[in-house]
Amino acid sequence: MRRSPLLWAVALAVYAFLYIPLVVVVLYSFNDSRLNAEWVGFTLHWYRVLLNDGEMLEAGANSLLIAFVSATFATLLGTMSGIAMHRFKLRALPLLVITPVAMPEILLGVSLLIFFVQVLNFTLGLFSVLIAHITFCVGFVAIVVRARLAGMDESIFEASRDLGASPWQTFRLITFPLILPGVIAGALMAFTLSIDDFVITFFTAGVGVHTLPLQIYSMIKIAVTPEVNAVSTLLMTLTLGMIIVASRFAPDALKGAA
Amino acid sequence: MALLEIRNVVRRFADFTAVDGVSLQVEAGEFFTLLGPSGCGKTTLLRMIAGFDAPDEGELLLDGQSLRGIPPEHRPIHTVFQSYALFPHLTVAENVAFPLRMAKVAPDDIRRRVQDALEAVHLSEKQRHLPHELSGGQKQRVALARGLVNRPRLLLLDEPLGALDAKLREEMQMELINLQKNVGITFVFVTHSQAEALALSHRIAVMNRGHVEQLDEPSRLYSFPRNRFVADFIGKINMLEAAVLRSTAEALVLDVAGVGEVWAPALPAVAAGQRGMFAVRPEQVRIQSGEVAPAGVGHNQVHGRVLDFLYIGDVTTYLVELANGTRLEALLPNTAPGRAKFFEADDPVTLTWSSQVGVFLDA
Repeated sequence: MRRSPLLWAVALAVYAFLYIPLVVVVLYSFNDSRLNAEWVGFTLHWYRVLLNDGEMLEAGANSLLIAFVSATFATLLGTMSGIAMHRFKLRALPLLVITPVAMPEILLGVSLLIFFVQVLNFTLGLFSVLIAHITFCVGFVAIVVRARLAGMDESIFEASRDLGASPWQTFRLITFPLILPGVIAGALMAFTLSIDDFVITFFTAGVGVHTLPLQIYSMIKIAVTPEVNAVSTLLMTLTLGMIIVASRFAPDALKGAA
Repeated sequence: MALLEIRNVVRRFADFTAVDGVSLQVEAGEFFTLLGPSGCGKTTLLRMIAGFDAPDEGELLLDGQSLRGIPPEHRPIHTVFQSYALFPHLTVAENVAFPLRMAKVAPDDIRRRVQDALEAVHLSEKQRHLPHELSGGQKQRVALARGLVNRPRLLLLDEPLGALDAKLREEMQMELINLQKNVGITFVFVTHSQAEALALSHRIAVMNRGHVEQLDEPSRLYSFPRNRFVADFIGKINMLEAAVLRSTAEALVLDVAGVGEVWAPALPAVAAGQRGMFAVRPEQVRIQSGEVAPAGVGHNQVHGRVLDFLYIGDVTTYLVELANGTRLEALLPNTAPGRAKFFEADDPVTLTWSSQVGVFLDA
């Protein structure tokens, strides 16, 4: 099919705008200089620095743990709410589930902080961060799962009951396999949202726990060294790897989000 | 005892009554059809039989046992859905095996019975395909095999031929008739197509606005519609205003607007002076050239002019206007090759029909 050159140009510009900064970050993580200014030569020095940076490693481990646990719970809860939103046409339910998604993060962060400290009289730390992350991730998973269900022929589920399957068997054998790509896409979203969240984590972490974004932020307050590039590159590789694994495991996982 | 008995079933939704006091019985081994326009309540009734919906009043009984409170998975009733509702992530064989797995049939038996079922619908070579790789007609066959494989007491079919093109639909009609005859399972078929209903069914319940208007064999429905709705819905029919002149045991004599005295088959319940409609099918009206002289008492006859005609291939329908402006349709088979019509527009013609055909409708 013929496309106008203008369309090509716009598309290229958009992709360039998206990806060139990422490429620059990756390149300069291998740059043999303290500054992100000009290319001097190739080195793995910044990765060695990173590996010896105990605080950074701990922050990374925290981030991975938080992302994994909150993605797991958010996927569980989000899948259930996605199905509930689809099945029961209650007007209040989508509002309740989706509001945290639409709410400015700063608001969510502040209100969670007030809730934890003043209402629950809770010591901020790993647990409060987990609760906060699960809270804002549930809505994303629910939206993806519901979108997946919305396109489906309702009579498939009736057919299952009709042919002798109990509601639970219908879920296990029919509904779940059909929404699985959506569930995986939702889990990936939740994982990525959690691992790079700054604002909400900032308000709910207190002094007890450091995550990667918080650590990077506190580093660049002093000076931006290529160690930040190195850690960003690793984070990017992880995300990319997850997308590749997901697309192997369930080829239309990414379509599920559409 | 009837296999399925529907007793005074009523189903109301927020602002209308979908099924309004339906009672009927389906006998074992029957090919039974619920026929009616969309919104007549036929699908709602089917959903209540399957167990997806429950009546507000009345009762459904299977083999004399009430179906109240029994969920769909515990009813020995399967459904072939309009959209086929095949499980998109399972192969053809897995789809057909599904009801057997749910019934905990032994794996060896499942394999054998799935083979048999697929053979019966000529799809053995497609068993490893996924539904999206099949044509509409093939999906239809898988849905049928899946519905029949566990030998339900009753198979419900919800407009299963609606999505097929005309030629395939005709083929599937033949197959459905044979399949039902071979497996001996009772079919309850829902359709809005009168042609489909007439071709397939042993008995038809014509539904309108939640009521059963008439329940009869196809040929009786066609020849003796009980009211205007049925007459109009089943096939084409000419309807003329009429008043009863005399009603005897042998015949009904009517005064039909624009025609005059018409002799029709006797209807004992009808009395002189009643007003209503005289209805006669286009293929029962003979059309002849010119103005033929009256043939005597009991021979219905009227003069008119050809207004228009419609060539369909095997037949041509002529629209004839009578002196008073009333229009009648007459149908003539095209027996002479290469001729699309026997009359031209504006030709004077005479329409005749036997006193044994046509029906007086007072409602």
